[in-house]
Amino acid sequence: MSARDRILQRLRAAPQGKAPLAPDVPAFYDALGAAAPAGTRASRIALFCEKMAFWHGEVVRVTRDKWPQKLHELCLAKGVRSLLYGPQSEHAAALVAAGIDGLKPYDRPVGEWKKALFEDTDAGLTATRGGIAETGTLIVWPDASEPRLMSLVPPIHFALLDADQLHDTLFDAMRVQRWSDGMPTNALLVSGPSKTADIQVTLAYGAHGPKELVVLLLVNEEEMQ
Amino acid sequence: MNSQPLSFVPASEFKQRAAAAVADDHLRKSFRGAMDFLINKRAAQFPDPAALESQRSLAEHIRKYSLARLPELLEQLEQKLVANGVQVHWAENAEEACAIIVGIARRHSTKLMVKGKSMVSEEVELNHAMADAGIEALESDMGEYIVQLDGEKPSHIIMPAIHKTREQIARLFAEKVPGAAYTDSVDELIGIGRAVLREKFMSAEVGLSGVNFAVAETGTLCLVENEGNGRMCTTVPDVHIAITGIEKVVEKLEHVPPLFGLLTRSATGQAITTYFNMISGPRKPDEKDGPGEMHLVLVDNGRTQAYSDEQMRSTLQCIRCGACMNHCPVYTRIGGHAYGTTYPGPIGEIISPHMLGLAATHVLPTASSLCGACGEVCPVRIPIPELLVRLREEAQHDARPGHAPMVGQGAAKSRLADAIWSGWAAMYTRPALYRAFGWLATRFRALTPPMQGGWTVSRTPMKPARRTLHELMAERE
Repeated sequence: MSARDRILQRLRAAPQGKAPLAPDVPAFYDALGAAAPAGTRASRIALFCEKMAFWHGEVVRVTRDKWPQKLHELCLAKGVRSLLYGPQSEHAAALVAAGIDGLKPYDRPVGEWKKALFEDTDAGLTATRGGIAETGTLIVWPDASEPRLMSLVPPIHFALLDADQLHDTLFDAMRVQRWSDGMPTNALLVSGPSKTADIQVTLAYGAHGPKELVVLLLVNEEEMQ
Repeated sequence: MNSQPLSFVPASEFKQRAAAAVADDHLRKSFRGAMDFLINKRAAQFPDPAALESQRSLAEHIRKYSLARLPELLEQLEQKLVANGVQVHWAENAEEACAIIVGIARRHSTKLMVKGKSMVSEEVELNHAMADAGIEALESDMGEYIVQLDGEKPSHIIMPAIHKTREQIARLFAEKVPGAAYTDSVDELIGIGRAVLREKFMSAEVGLSGVNFAVAETGTLCLVENEGNGRMCTTVPDVHIAITGIEKVVEKLEHVPPLFGLLTRSATGQAITTYFNMISGPRKPDEKDGPGEMHLVLVDNGRTQAYSDEQMRSTLQCIRCGACMNHCPVYTRIGGHAYGTTYPGPIGEIISPHMLGLAATHVLPTASSLCGACGEVCPVRIPIPELLVRLREEAQHDARPGHAPMVGQGAAKSRLADAIWSGWAAMYTRPALYRAFGWLATRFRALTPPMQGGWTVSRTPMKPARRTLHELMAERE
């Protein structure tokens, strides 16, 4: 008999009282939602910006047509010499057209250029699958065109977030985007730059991942403030 | 660095270590300060007591439901993970878990394994096993890196280096990190760690991580962290090995948000951590990064013993937030190392007896004033005080009728104590004997010894009154 079978056998041999009913998680969140004023697009944007700022993430509001230009300005201001991007991604064409210096495509397996990725890449740009207002969180869904390390290794992570894709809570995002239908190999929630408080509970940013997180929040003209 | 064995101290010397810790002002200041900080941060996250209670009810319900279906959920998880391309291993005890991981590492001719934070890997003493196999196992969580550099074990499950001051860490880095100049700036110290560990992430063949939640319906392993080292360990090396206790599984993805929200708020008072990393499989053929090979090691190590008893099963509801230790007056005074076990504080007192046996751990459930704070803050409502009392009973007695004995059942039984209690029972059930004892005790009160063991360390000696209460009452009438 294998370890697996022995473990399962011991679990099955244990006395079971009355089996609890399945927890109704949707009902819990629906009741919470009913008790609070309904989230509007404006309230989600405001709350997301407030919470992301709390995590030391920078939020830059920009309209859909102007983000490449804004990113160009940000790169110049931050002295970014090399910007990693996914050449097969939806936004690649707009990015290339913006004329940003040092664009670096993530176009081959990491094993072939690990050292250059770690030591010679200033920033990375990724799309996001949405955001969560309650906690100031990005939903990052890496895939073949935008691999996992783009949002982790470069010291600056630029993230494109469409304000249409802001959800009130993590549960809402999961439900609306139907995560349980199929998860990618890796999915991430990102709330601010990497940090640690392991030395005498003193907060320090840039522990192992990005030192800066800059969210380009795509909004309509009238939401630019 | 890993050639230096980490110190592991059996729980039997708990009292001596606790006494030493209580006398260490430095240590007490570190823990008091840090625990007050964490207590306040947590409290700020739960301003509405009614809302907190409804969240706890849901979280408790999810955990109880998951445990009630544990064998089916483990099978479903395995089936999903295998379909996703993950290899699943089962280990009955620490040795088996280590052997599985050493075996995988050897197959890949591993020289270096980088580790994300995993308490289960500490529990099975994986670093020892790797060192014996000649493979460097490097901790990459900043706190874990610091304690490993100093040849120690974590003193808190969430903040491993909480017992160390900034100055101590500054000296440690200057001494042990090659090429590092002395600095006591926290930012610079973290920068040193970052630079050292980035090199290691690049060169390690294997990355190891723990698991916070394993989702059966999708075969997803969830990891909670702030630093990004967990993402490094699970993404950069060619092989990722995850290790977890069998109790961490939940049925559905929708069961995760309520538990995750309570975990981070209870642990560090954060509404969410920087990263929530959901991994459902190795790199696909068209993907450019992520591990090519992925393993999950499911560890029993005493958990099925806790599971076999309906009351003690609630121990397995734990989501490892550490709130019970943050709020424990004993933990705050003696710190994590005094316990001598991987899991310190109240949760350690109730889980360690299942992992290590009562013979080695029976003193731990007595390290509590039963004030109830641990049970009150537990986000999944584990009745910790009740379990402490239950384990004290199991350590003193034979198993209850119809119950299988625990490992080390009755380990704290003492003939002297049994004889004293039998005598006490006899006296209190026989009035003549009781009156005779009362008469003798009051007449010969001058003979009571002035030193009465632990009692007189900080109290005046006990002495019977001049007359028994019966006699005094009789005189009044």
